[in-house]
Amino acid sequence: MIREVYITETNCITPIGFDVAANIKNIMGCVSGIQLQHNLQLMKTPFYASIVNNEELNMAFSKISLTENYTRLEKMMILALNPIVKESKLDTKTGFILSTTKGNITALENPSSANFKKAYLSQLAKNVADFFGFKTEPIVVSNACVSGILAVSVAKRLIQSEMFDNVFIVAGDEVSEFVLSGFNSFQAMSDLPCKPYSKNRNGVTLGEATSAVLVSSHKKNAKIKIIGDGSINDANHISGPSRTGEGLFRSIESALAEAKINTNQIDYISAHGTATSFNDEMEAIAFNRLGLENVPVNSLKGFYGHTLGASGLLETVIGIQSVLERKLFISLGFYEIGVSQSINIIEKNEDKNIRYFLKTASGFGGCNTAVLFEKVK
Amino acid sequence: MSENKTYIQSICMIQNNEIILDGKTILKIEPTSFSDFSKKAYQNFDVNYPKFFKMDGLSKLAFLGSELLLKKEIGETKENNIALVFSNKSSSLDTDVKYQKSISDKENYFPSPAVFVYTLPNICLGEICIRHQLRSENSFFIFEAFNPAFMINYSNILMETKKADKVLCGWVEYFDKEYKAFIYLVGKEGDFEHKIETLKTEYNK
Amino acid sequence: MEALKQELKEKIIDILNLEDIKIEDINDNDPLFGDGLCLDSIDALELIVMLDRDYGIKLVNPKEGKAIFQSIETMAAYIKANRTK
Repeated sequence: MIREVYITETNCITPIGFDVAANIKNIMGCVSGIQLQHNLQLMKTPFYASIVNNEELNMAFSKISLTENYTRLEKMMILALNPIVKESKLDTKTGFILSTTKGNITALENPSSANFKKAYLSQLAKNVADFFGFKTEPIVVSNACVSGILAVSVAKRLIQSEMFDNVFIVAGDEVSEFVLSGFNSFQAMSDLPCKPYSKNRNGVTLGEATSAVLVSSHKKNAKIKIIGDGSINDANHISGPSRTGEGLFRSIESALAEAKINTNQIDYISAHGTATSFNDEMEAIAFNRLGLENVPVNSLKGFYGHTLGASGLLETVIGIQSVLERKLFISLGFYEIGVSQSINIIEKNEDKNIRYFLKTASGFGGCNTAVLFEKVK
Repeated sequence: MSENKTYIQSICMIQNNEIILDGKTILKIEPTSFSDFSKKAYQNFDVNYPKFFKMDGLSKLAFLGSELLLKKEIGETKENNIALVFSNKSSSLDTDVKYQKSISDKENYFPSPAVFVYTLPNICLGEICIRHQLRSENSFFIFEAFNPAFMINYSNILMETKKADKVLCGWVEYFDKEYKAFIYLVGKEGDFEHKIETLKTEYNK
Repeated sequence: MEALKQELKEKIIDILNLEDIKIEDINDNDPLFGDGLCLDSIDALELIVMLDRDYGIKLVNPKEGKAIFQSIETMAAYIKANRTK
């Protein structure tokens, strides 16, 4: 008999709040974390991005530790995990997953063998794990922009395999010169705040955040149930998505088959919506192929920017609040449909009872992940 | 947990200018750069896939190991559902360092998209999927060292929940001229039980 | 312009890692994308970087790239007209 798996705790550290409640308040007030940045160390010219305030971060961190030698990303991750790990017993049946694309990549800015060591993702995971005293080998998921939601799927699968009973996940990435320059070289960065699914959208706005959840086999205090997942590759191109959305289509199908529900039962989709021309178009095609074109859908990239390895988990945490608070949140940045097939973009905050919600993500390398969640009775 | 046993069906090891397939050396050359070695392997096995030369070291390593295991596998079955579960210690660090160099000199600042795209470890999975048209489950993990317990649990649950018929598992480590690929195919039939001890022994050969 | 075309053929083979292609294999008017050399979107972006780095040409509108990179001939003509290096 395969175990049932739940998410019982959530938290996030973002430019619009250092806990879930603060984030929801700002989302309800349409307050975005995206601002015009003037930071010559990151980019020669001003650019839009969603960046955590350093003074606020350091002040918050000093309340839980006076140790100085954590990197900025580690502080953000520890802050996200802290309230949800605090009371827990960490034993050999408690797993720890860290999701990131580039981790402490800023360590490479001063090349030395000591700094190369700092850039190792297993070192990042160890630094965070040791703060809390996790007893098991950290697992790092580094799978481009699906990492955050893939980590949820991996945690569920490991609990079903009975390797663990509980799994803590932290997901995070920073806005760095490394990533900004890279997206620029791909001509994939928007000169204005991103406009997911909109006409004349022209690329991503980068962001940074961390998010944490506890995935558990115990139903007590569960916020949501994880009922199906799929992570299928497009097998098309390493940087451009499949024109038919094949991998995303199959990932959602796999999740539906496992959950044993139909597409017409899905109440809300938290999609990827990076605002590149290709990604948003691909999603619209995949959703239409599945008959999901009327399901209310949003992208949260208008609030947070694209937070890379954090995005899948952060957006899931907000999606869980949508279910718990019976609210659909606006797809900020959207103004006029700009994809070739119609989808039902949420254009204002509104009330809705949500029983089943679908989280999707896609990323470089042709990866896609879809996870289905069900409201806990 | 698993009532359904799984089996290691074949293994490919690549290190020190040598490729060993199911215990037999199928290529061994005099010590040389990985670039040279991988080119010789490409020619030796008639790969015939020009995109190979656009790949970075990690992708070439993963690609070659998978090529040898999947070549016969995919020929024999029309439909296949082979998941890819790969891991390493260094992520894409070798290419990260190369990319960082390209943005360090502000007077000569020309970030390369062709290098940047390989600064994610899962790109190698994309390359393998494209080559073999595998529309299947895939994920990339980072560990301090090869983690057989995790690999067994994760690949078994994929097969048990019918998310995959077989799983191609890999440890593909590539950084600063040092490389090791330990790639193996796991399925529901075979002679060698998919166990931690077996994996450890094979990995350390 | 002949020297420039030769130079471009060498650069393309090198920058885009076209291992099995020789300069003699590339004709001036062969399509570079699509059926010809089968270059893809990442190759197009690399060529945009090359225009900037080696010829001092910044493409204001990257969509212009399609026309410019049609063939060695069109590339050479564009570079000759716009180079600042």
